[in-house]
Amino acid sequence: MNEPEIYLKNVTKKYLRQPALENISFQLKGSGVYGVLGENGSGKTTLLKLIAGLLRPSSGTVKVMHRPVSRLSSKDIAYLSDADSLYSFQSAQQLIHFWEKVAPDFSKDKAFSMIRELNLDVNMKIKNLSKGNRARLKLVIALSRQVPVLVMDEPLSGLDPLVREDILKLIVMNADVEQQLLILSTHEVSEVEAFLDHVIFMKDGKCILEENAEVLREQKGQSLVATMREVLA
Amino acid sequence: MGLTFDNNRPIYLQLMEYLYGQICRTDLKPGEKLPSVRELAVKVGVNPNTVSRTYMEMERKDIVVSKRGQGTFVTEDITVIQELRKKIADDKIGDFILMMNQIGLKNEEILQLMEQKMASRKEEEE
Repeated sequence: MNEPEIYLKNVTKKYLRQPALENISFQLKGSGVYGVLGENGSGKTTLLKLIAGLLRPSSGTVKVMHRPVSRLSSKDIAYLSDADSLYSFQSAQQLIHFWEKVAPDFSKDKAFSMIRELNLDVNMKIKNLSKGNRARLKLVIALSRQVPVLVMDEPLSGLDPLVREDILKLIVMNADVEQQLLILSTHEVSEVEAFLDHVIFMKDGKCILEENAEVLREQKGQSLVATMREVLA
Repeated sequence: MGLTFDNNRPIYLQLMEYLYGQICRTDLKPGEKLPSVRELAVKVGVNPNTVSRTYMEMERKDIVVSKRGQGTFVTEDITVIQELRKKIADDKIGDFILMMNQIGLKNEEILQLMEQKMASRKEEEE
């Protein structure tokens, strides 16, 4: 796998005339966990969708792995949606077989071993799974893809604290953070604090701060939560 | 595992202090293998890259040795560990004396208080 890279230059995105992102430029290079942090409506989802090639910028360039992003970029990118993205009539087993056919890089073995670890019933229909288990299953699919870039939109939202902890563990255990670039958005900053290598703070469609998490703690002598309060205030 | 992080300080440093503690107490013996990066990351709830950085820093200071393809091991050189213990103790005692001076205690008073405390602790143990 090549070294993962995401590159944005002067990216603006408008929905009709309403700007969602304004003139964003940054470059993320190398593996690790990147957190996109910001309030609701700050543009986190729009940013992630642009990176994943699910939206086109109104102006500017988005490149992933040195190529402008298009629908074909999905071969390099796994995207975990905030929305309920599973077919409710499938079972976990059917879902995995489906993904094996759709994505050439999908590792069926990895998926099944994660399912076993989680004690999920592979034959149960997805519509009968609990919300926490649906979230876990979605994550299993994303983590089973052997791609350089993983994009996760709010993997923790709407889940109880125990499940959130469990999900973070699942990510740490199964994402290959020495090889893959994982970018995730969240507002549970205190919970992901210890897991992030790098943070991107968003406010009103702008990227206000992009920095290494340990460098921030070292320089400011305060937690990411405190830094977030400071820069987003 | 008794490890909670103070999010105001770099996590790799806190993890390093924690492991130094284990090494100095010989919970991790000289020459013993440290847990793998991923294992420790999951156990303490941090990013594997943070653990890698901790291991790298400890290797730079010769406290651990990494062997290609085998993992990371505590140094077998006991003098290095003794030095480490001495240095940590020295730092902590320095901090302690500074703090006591800040609340207006003179050095003789600190010594006296320490002796009293040690004596009463010994009694409790007996």
